[in-house]
Amino acid sequence: MTALLELDEVELAFGGLVAIGGLSLRVDKGEVLAVIGPNGAGKTSMLNLVTRVFNARRGRIRFKGQDIAQLPRARIAHLGIARTFQNIELFDAATVLDNLLLGRHRFGSGGWWQQVLRTPALTRLEERHRAKAEEVIEFLDLSPWRNARVAGLPYGVRKVVELGRALCAEPELLFLDEPASGLNPEETRDLAFWIEDIRTDLGITVVMIEHDMSLVSAVADRVVCMAQGKMLAEGTPAEVQGHPDVIAAYLGT
Amino acid sequence: MRFDYHTQYRQGFALLPHTSDRVLYGLLIALLLAVPFFASTYLLGELGYVLILCIAAMGLMVLTGFTGQVSLGHASFVAIGAYAHAWLMTQGLPFALSLPLAALISAGAGLVVGIPAIRVSGLYLAMVTLAFSIVVEQVIGLWRGVTGGFMGMLVPNPDLLGLSLSSPRAFYYVCLFFTLAVLLVLLNLMRSGIGRSFVGVRDSEAAAYALGIPVKRVKVGAFGLSAGVTGLAGALMAHHIGYLTPDAFTLLLSLDLVLMVVIGGMGSLRGAILGAILISLLPRAVAALKALLPDAMARQSGMEIFVAGAVLAFFVLFEPMGLNGRWLKLRALWESFPLYRRDTFRRQKSYMRSERNR
Repeated sequence: MTALLELDEVELAFGGLVAIGGLSLRVDKGEVLAVIGPNGAGKTSMLNLVTRVFNARRGRIRFKGQDIAQLPRARIAHLGIARTFQNIELFDAATVLDNLLLGRHRFGSGGWWQQVLRTPALTRLEERHRAKAEEVIEFLDLSPWRNARVAGLPYGVRKVVELGRALCAEPELLFLDEPASGLNPEETRDLAFWIEDIRTDLGITVVMIEHDMSLVSAVADRVVCMAQGKMLAEGTPAEVQGHPDVIAAYLGT
Repeated sequence: MRFDYHTQYRQGFALLPHTSDRVLYGLLIALLLAVPFFASTYLLGELGYVLILCIAAMGLMVLTGFTGQVSLGHASFVAIGAYAHAWLMTQGLPFALSLPLAALISAGAGLVVGIPAIRVSGLYLAMVTLAFSIVVEQVIGLWRGVTGGFMGMLVPNPDLLGLSLSSPRAFYYVCLFFTLAVLLVLLNLMRSGIGRSFVGVRDSEAAAYALGIPVKRVKVGAFGLSAGVTGLAGALMAHHIGYLTPDAFTLLLSLDLVLMVVIGGMGSLRGAILGAILISLLPRAVAALKALLPDAMARQSGMEIFVAGAVLAFFVLFEPMGLNGRWLKLRALWESFPLYRRDTFRRQKSYMRSERNR
């Protein structure tokens, strides 16, 4: 197992408030890692550190051996890291298809003069992007919504569209921030299958932040539990669920 | 109802996918080309002015409708384009060279104004652009050596390869050419990667960053593109007016442009054009209406403003999607005649966003 992403003694603070204090974490290539923890544990902050929304105060973040802790925020996607958001961040006024095509941004869309003149080469490039978007549409059963505006879609479908947009970026590492929040049991089951397929068929490493333990047990190889900006426990789903510190963190002492 | 059967993806993103569209737009262009042969000189001048405003409105639409940046200072880009063009022509540059240069100068000014847009948005950005337009107005008034100050400056007559373009008919064709060229360029850009990243930045900056879109560069670039197109409109406007003074480019013009974009319907170039036509013809319509009214009413002052305000209020109340939305509804009614349902266009609020971080 080689490490795809390594966090080394990372610290994040907002003024005097230490949100993450000395967190070390390792994501292996090809695994599904679940991050759990009570509210305010720093799970999403950890994800925002890796995607460069926040600046780490100390520590190193390495993706495939490269230190990414100082990169510009927009470079992260180009390395092959994609993410979804806890409060869905879709492009509301655009169609599902346009959202998916925006996911292809890191593969380029031709020079501006080609776009102005709409050259045949650009048309072919757009067709290749479209073909990839159609693959994702088929993979996630989105075809009924292909040309619908996102603003009018039900919540569950939006969640799937956001996952699809991330998949269009063909990432190596995919972060899912509470993918099952707000989904009904049936949608959650679908999601579990998709995460399996994303790992085995597409070969994408998945890190998901999730509260739904049934989903975590079903798909995660390894679970990390965080509380108050620190790692509490690490291991298989069953191990972490039985860990006394984890139970204490959730139930209080 | 029409159901498309596509065998290639490129059919899906064609500009005019249906034969009927191609025929109708072809007829429209033929009509526009034929207008000078039966219209009066006065009407041609007015139509040229409407076309110039169409270009300016498309410029603002790129910024406000597609990228979501408010600007209350677009009259200053019109002014920069107009003065740059007039000055370059007095320096002896030919019309064909001076026009694109004026657009580039205006685009450069747009890039500078776009820098604050990285940090501020919404009302604050509106204030920054408003301040910019006041500064530009003052600079034009005081920089006598170049702009002629408040006394104004005469715009040289345009000519192309020895051919005079100053006759109303020739100038109408120049305006028509640039309107169609700008429309085509912007249509192509807005359905390609650049247009998609504009929409991405407008709808969610967080997601745009996460997909690798350089949000700051896109915002500044959108300002530059918008200012360049608006500056081109300004350069043409210089010839329409003939004599440039600072009071031709006041806040009122900026507000008119914003109205065109809003009334036209956000995020659609067709909307920008329809809005420009409506707003620029409204004063003429009011003047025509006055002739029909009883004397006591027609002589009331403020009639124009009252009618303009009433039209705007009605649009905001009854057609928030603007003229473009109305157009789409009429077309749907036409295409699906007996089966049309009003609710097709009613937005379903199946999910409300409760919170978001930018």
